[in-house]
Amino acid sequence: MSITVPDQTDQPGRSRQWRRANFVAGLSILSVVVATAILSFFWTPFDPTRVDSSKPLLSMGQQGHLLGTDQFGRDLLSQIMVGSQTALFVGILAVSIAIVIGIPIGGFAAAHRGLVEDVVMRISDVIYAFPPVLLAILLVAAVSPGTGSAMIAIGIAYIPIVARVTRGASLSIFERDFVAAARSYGRGQTFIFFRHVLPNILSVLIVQMTVLFSLAILAEAALSFLGIGTQPPTPSWGRSLRDAQTFVQLTPRLAIWPGLAIALTVLGFNLLGDGVRDALDPKLEVDRL
Amino acid sequence: MYVVRRVGVFLVSLLTASILVFVVMSILPGDPARVILGTQATPEAVESLREELGLNRSLPTQYLDWLSHAVRGDLGESVFTGQAIGPQVANRLKITAPLALMALTFTVLLSFPLGVFAAARHRQAGDNIVSVISQLGLAIPAFWAGLMLVTLFAVRLRWFPAGGFPGWGDSFFGSLKALLLPALSLAIVQSAIITRYVRSAVLETLREDYIRTARSKGLTRSQALWRHGLRNAAIPVLTILGLQFAALLSGTVVIESVFVLPGLGRMLLDGITRRDLPLVQGGAFVIVAFILLINLIVDLTYRLLDPRVGAR
Repeated sequence: MSITVPDQTDQPGRSRQWRRANFVAGLSILSVVVATAILSFFWTPFDPTRVDSSKPLLSMGQQGHLLGTDQFGRDLLSQIMVGSQTALFVGILAVSIAIVIGIPIGGFAAAHRGLVEDVVMRISDVIYAFPPVLLAILLVAAVSPGTGSAMIAIGIAYIPIVARVTRGASLSIFERDFVAAARSYGRGQTFIFFRHVLPNILSVLIVQMTVLFSLAILAEAALSFLGIGTQPPTPSWGRSLRDAQTFVQLTPRLAIWPGLAIALTVLGFNLLGDGVRDALDPKLEVDRL
Repeated sequence: MYVVRRVGVFLVSLLTASILVFVVMSILPGDPARVILGTQATPEAVESLREELGLNRSLPTQYLDWLSHAVRGDLGESVFTGQAIGPQVANRLKITAPLALMALTFTVLLSFPLGVFAAARHRQAGDNIVSVISQLGLAIPAFWAGLMLVTLFAVRLRWFPAGGFPGWGDSFFGSLKALLLPALSLAIVQSAIITRYVRSAVLETLREDYIRTARSKGLTRSQALWRHGLRNAAIPVLTILGLQFAALLSGTVVIESVFVLPGLGRMLLDGITRRDLPLVQGGAFVIVAFILLINLIVDLTYRLLDPRVGAR
């Protein structure tokens, strides 16, 4: 089975300035998202979970509700603000799970060529064949719906991706002279991996992490949209879209704003990833014709 | 020789996948026997049904039993409706498979022209515009694209139905029409990914010697690209397309919810909410089996299209 690592040598976004612009744009977008998440811990225009039957479906700007209210009279802007906490939280935890488990597995496979490697990679191949969202759906169903299980499920689903990328990048490093030197020194494989190999593949992994972060946010949104992710009353963008679905014919506004929040955050991470790739690995700047 | 080995890998993967699905499903809380009988049932009744369903046997025995039936196409019965799962899955596939194929077609139709265009305009304004479009497409959740398409084309313009499925037998074109918006929502996101691959594959081939030879023969850049570049560029893209089919299939699970399509994804979700273990197990296994099969086909066609791979 062939490996799909997102194409890393020839991404659109060519000149150095263009990439720097990507990086700055990504960073700016994410600063806004993170600032919003932090702000929403202390202040939101209205209580995001307060149901007020006297003012359902207010349109934008009515009674001080900047983005209006949903069918339960909850303030949409406040919900989206608090939703950013959920999105970032899920991203951080899912990616952490994936790298904490995936990196050692990938490193182990790269360090021990032969049968061990074959077995590890074959298993990872099979998990890899499960689309992450499908695997997450099964895992969430197996435990119970909620933000916590969604994020663990997403993290587990991404372990094979991290393991593959780690192994792929480590293989050539393990062949290098300084690794042979360390080995002749009597260092063990584990030590060599963490001390000598890992620092050399860090740039690849960091880029991979930004990609996974945005994938995790999209996955959480999808799970919550299906009703098996974040449960009410905890605000989540995907959940808001689920609630909006019934009223989408009447008030598309309810679906537009949470969707834009998702798209903007994901865009931010993707742009940041492209920029980081360039900053950490100038060698990739070979895309000239 | 390669073909035999590759098919062997496929079979082993299939087996591992079935074990994986079985293990995940066996940690699912809730006793199928109790689900069938309801909360009023006496412990004795539950126990005797467990015996009848074979639930009190060890997990490996249960798995082997399930497997021996599955290889004969028998995926068991739904604990909720009592219907056989195999025919049910086949029925649902009549919606999900065309949906996925349609989405794949749209993806190709959108991404190939865009990618080739971007590569031909390398480092020019057109390239940058395509890159911005694909960057935006990557950021959009497919189900949100679906909601927006519904708002625009079903609610405002009333060109397409907002959801539901008439059935192939009742209305062929109506059914086709019902799948159009869902397929398009999936294709928007997919083509954002594929466009990038098409672009870099074309750029890659433009660097090849045979393109230079063609140019030196007097062909213009675009002539050389059309006559010699595209066919070669298509090969790596085909692999990615095959692998992305997995993402497409899982996308259908979500998109079927947006458009209320009674496909395989809906079945899976309904199965999960009803704690219908054999149904979820069968459905998930079929989806993964499909993905593995497509990966197999892609790997084998790759050899046919590019003899150099086999020679290596």
